[in-house]
Amino acid sequence: MLANVFGRLTLSAIPYHNLITITAVGGAVLLALVIAGLITYYRLWSYLYKEWLTSLDHKKIGIMYIILALIMLLRGFADAMLMRGQQSLASGGSAGYLTPEHFNQIFSAHGSIMIIFMAMPFLVGLMNVAVPQQIGARDVAYPFLNSVSLWLTTAGALLVMVSLGFGEFSRAGWSGYTPLTELEYSPGTGVDYWIWAFQIAGIGSTLTGINFLVTILKMRAPGMKLMRMPLFSWATLFTNVLMVWAFPVLTAALALLTLDRYLGMHFFTNGHGGNMMMYVNLFWTWGHPEVYIVILPAFGIFSEVAATFSGKRLFGYKSMVFAIGVITLLSFSVWVHHFFTMGASPNVNIFFGITTMMIAIPTGVKTFNWLFTMYRGRVRFGLPMYWTIAFIVTFALGGSAGVMLSIPPADYVLHNSLFLIAHFHNVLIPGSLFGFFAGYYYWFPKAFGFRLKESWGIAAFWCWLIGFYLAFIPLYVLGFMGMPRRLVTYPNPEWHPWLLIAAGGAVVIALGILFQGIQLFISIKERRALSDPTGDPWDGRTLEWQTSSPPPPYNFPNIPVVRDVDAFMDMKERGVAYQRPAEYHDIEMPKNAPHGLIIGGLAFVFGFAMIWYLFWLAILAALGIIFTVIARSFADDLHYIIPAAEVERIENARYRQLAAAADKLQRDRQAVLQLVPER
Amino acid sequence: MMNSEASIIVTAPGEEREHPDTVDIQAFGFWIYLMSDLILFATLFATFGVLGRNYAGGPTGKDLFDLSYTLGETLFLLFSSAIYGLAMVAVIRGRKNWVLLGLAIAFLLGAGFVAMEVHEFYGLVAAGHGPEVSAFLSSFFTLVGTHGTHVTFGLLWMAVMMVQVALKGLTSPVQSRLLRLSMFWHFLDIVWIAIFSIVYLTGVLHV
Repeated sequence: MLANVFGRLTLSAIPYHNLITITAVGGAVLLALVIAGLITYYRLWSYLYKEWLTSLDHKKIGIMYIILALIMLLRGFADAMLMRGQQSLASGGSAGYLTPEHFNQIFSAHGSIMIIFMAMPFLVGLMNVAVPQQIGARDVAYPFLNSVSLWLTTAGALLVMVSLGFGEFSRAGWSGYTPLTELEYSPGTGVDYWIWAFQIAGIGSTLTGINFLVTILKMRAPGMKLMRMPLFSWATLFTNVLMVWAFPVLTAALALLTLDRYLGMHFFTNGHGGNMMMYVNLFWTWGHPEVYIVILPAFGIFSEVAATFSGKRLFGYKSMVFAIGVITLLSFSVWVHHFFTMGASPNVNIFFGITTMMIAIPTGVKTFNWLFTMYRGRVRFGLPMYWTIAFIVTFALGGSAGVMLSIPPADYVLHNSLFLIAHFHNVLIPGSLFGFFAGYYYWFPKAFGFRLKESWGIAAFWCWLIGFYLAFIPLYVLGFMGMPRRLVTYPNPEWHPWLLIAAGGAVVIALGILFQGIQLFISIKERRALSDPTGDPWDGRTLEWQTSSPPPPYNFPNIPVVRDVDAFMDMKERGVAYQRPAEYHDIEMPKNAPHGLIIGGLAFVFGFAMIWYLFWLAILAALGIIFTVIARSFADDLHYIIPAAEVERIENARYRQLAAAADKLQRDRQAVLQLVPER
Repeated sequence: MMNSEASIIVTAPGEEREHPDTVDIQAFGFWIYLMSDLILFATLFATFGVLGRNYAGGPTGKDLFDLSYTLGETLFLLFSSAIYGLAMVAVIRGRKNWVLLGLAIAFLLGAGFVAMEVHEFYGLVAAGHGPEVSAFLSSFFTLVGTHGTHVTFGLLWMAVMMVQVALKGLTSPVQSRLLRLSMFWHFLDIVWIAIFSIVYLTGVLHV
C-alpha cells in the first residue's frame, strides 16, 4: 500500500552520499531560505505576490523571465566549470573527482539548461520587455497566456533543479537519443526528469509563440506596416513562427518516448518494429529550428544596436528582413546534418549538406549589413556595441567551422569530436548569449529607469571575450587531435595542456560573470547617478524609447502614429516626439490574475508525480489544472480602467521630469521645455 | 473568411460586449493554435507512416479493422459537427434555448464517438492486440488515441459552454468561446477524415 502511495520515491533517492551534489543542494536550499527570509523580514510577500507573481504586465513578465534565465545561467555555468575541472584533472590515469555517472548527468544538465532554461527564457524575456513597446502596443495579445507561459517555463526549470536533490538527472545528453533513453537502458528517474522538464517548458514556449505571433500581426500601431517594423520585432515574428511550427514536433517526440517508457510501447526501441532513428529525426526536426529560435532574436538585437549606436539608419533593411525569412524557411531543411553518420545514402547527405551551406548566404548578407551600418557612421562605444562587434568577429569564425561541418565527408571525421563542441559554442555563445547581453544592457534602463555602470561592464565584457577564446579555441585543436566529446577520463596525455587552457578560459569567464554581478549591485546602489530621466538614453530610433523609463503600465497614453521604419527618430526629426496629446482617455488594462501561477505550480507537481510514479498525485494535479482553466474561463471581468485624469497626472509628472532633464536630450530640447504643464 | 466568422458576434443593445478587436484577435490566435496542433498530428501521422507496417509478427490492420464500425464512428462525429453548425446559426439568431439544445445533441453524438472508440480500443487490448505488441499498434493507438483525447477535451469544453450559456446567456465572451469551440470541433473532423483514410482505409486495403 505504502509503495503505491509513494511510487518509487524512497529516502535513498536523496543523494546524501555524493559530496558535490549534496553541497550544491545545500547551497541552493540555503540561498532560497536566505531570499525567503529577506522577503519575510522586509514584509515583501504581499507586494511580490500582487505586483509580480500574478502580474499580467508584459514588462514585469519579461523581467521575471530574464531573472529566471540569469539564475539558470549560473547553474548551467557551474556545470560547465565542473566539466572543465574534471577534464583538466583526469589525465594520465587519474580518475578526477567525478564518477562517470555524475559526469554524464552534468553534461546532460548543462546542455538542457543552457538551451531550454537559459537561452529560451532570456529571449522570451527580452521580447516581452521590448516588442509591445516597439510596435506601439499596450500589452501582448493574450496577457494571461503570457503568465501561463512564464510559470510553465519556471515549473520546468524547477524540475531540473529538484533533480539535484531527489534522484538524478538524465545521463543521456541534452538530446536524449534513443534507445539509450529507453527504460531498458535508463531505468532511473533521470530521463523522466529530462522529459517532463522539456515537455512542460516546451508547451509554455508554444503558447508564447502563438501569443507573440498574434501580438505582432494584429496589434501594431497605426501606420506601422510590416515593412516599417523594427528589426527586433521582425526577428521576433520569425522566431515565433519557428516556435509554433517546431515545438509541437518536440512535444510529440517526447510524448512518444514517454509512451515507450511508461506504457511499454515500441516507437524507438530496438525490438518489436521500433525505429530509434525515427526519434533522432523528430528531435532534430525541432532541434535545428530551435537553434534559430535562440539566434534570430539576437540578430534582431544586434540590428537595433548597430543602427542606434552608429547614429544611422540600418543598412539594407529589406535584405535584413528577407535574410531572416530565408533562414526561417531553410532551418526546416537541414536537420539531417546533425547525423550524417546515420548512414543515409550519399545523395540524401549531399542534399542536406548543400541546404546547410546555403544558410551561410543569408547570414553573410546580415553580417555585411551590420558592417555597412557602421561604415561612415558615428559609432559610439556603449556597452551594447561592445557585444555587437565581438559577436560579428567571433560568429564569423564559428560560422565558418559550421560550413566545414556541413561537408558530409568532413563531418564523418569530425562527428562527435570536440571540434563540434567548439563549433556550436562558437556560434551559440556569440550568436545568442552575446546578443542577449547586448539586449540586457540596451533595454535595462528602459525596464528599470537607470543604466548599468559602464566601467564594470567593460571589464566583464573583456573577461567574457578573452575567456571565450581561451575556453573554446583549444577545443578545435583537440577535435583535430581526435578527442571525442563527453569523456570523463582520457588516455592521451597530449590532450592535457589544451584542456588546461580551456579550463583557464572558463575561469576567466567566471570572472566576467562575477564582474557582471558586481556591476548590477553597484548600479543599483548608484541608481540615482545612473538614472535615465528622459526615457531615451541612447538617442534611440524605435518607439520603445518614446515612453518613460520605466514605462507606465499602459506604455503609451495615446497610441503613436508611425510614418517611418525608424519611427521615433522620424518623430524627433520632425520635432513631434514629445508632443502633448489634445486630451487623454480612459485606458483599459488587464487585471492581475493568480491562475497562471497556479497552473505553473500544478504543472510542476504533475511532472514530479509522473517522474516518481505517484500516479494518484499526477491525476489530482491534472484535474487541478483543468479546473483552474475552467474557473478562469468563467471570469468575464478581466480588465480595470485607468481613468483619463490619472493618465494625465502620470503624463504631467513625466513632462516635468523631461523638462528637468532637457539638457540630457539629444534633440527636441526647446520643444520639451515648452511642453511643461502648469503646476 | 476568418474576419467574417469573427464578426458574427451579435449582442443585444445595452449588453456589455467585448471590444470587437478582442473577438477577432482571439479567433485569429485560435487559428494559429490549430496550426500548431495540426503539426502535432502531422508528426504522429509521419510516425505512423514510418512505423505503420512494422507488425513485428503481430496482427496487421487488415486483421483488426472493421470498416463498417469505423464508418459508424465517423457518422457520429460528422453529425455532431453538423448539429454544432446549426447551434451556431441559433447563436446568430440569439435563440438561447435552441443553442442549448444543439449543444446537447452535438455533445451526445460526440460522446457516442468516444464511446465507440473506447469500445474498439478495449476490444483490441482484451484480445491481446494492445499498443505494446508492435510498432504498428503503438503508432495506431497513439495517433487515434490522441485524436480521441482531443475529442474528449472538446466534449468537456462543450459541457462548460452549456453551463455558461445557461448561466450567462449569449454574451459576447460566451459567443467568442462558442466560435472557437466550433473551429476546434470542425478541425477534429478534418483530422478524423485523414485518420479514416490513412489508417483504416489503407490499413484494410494493404496486405
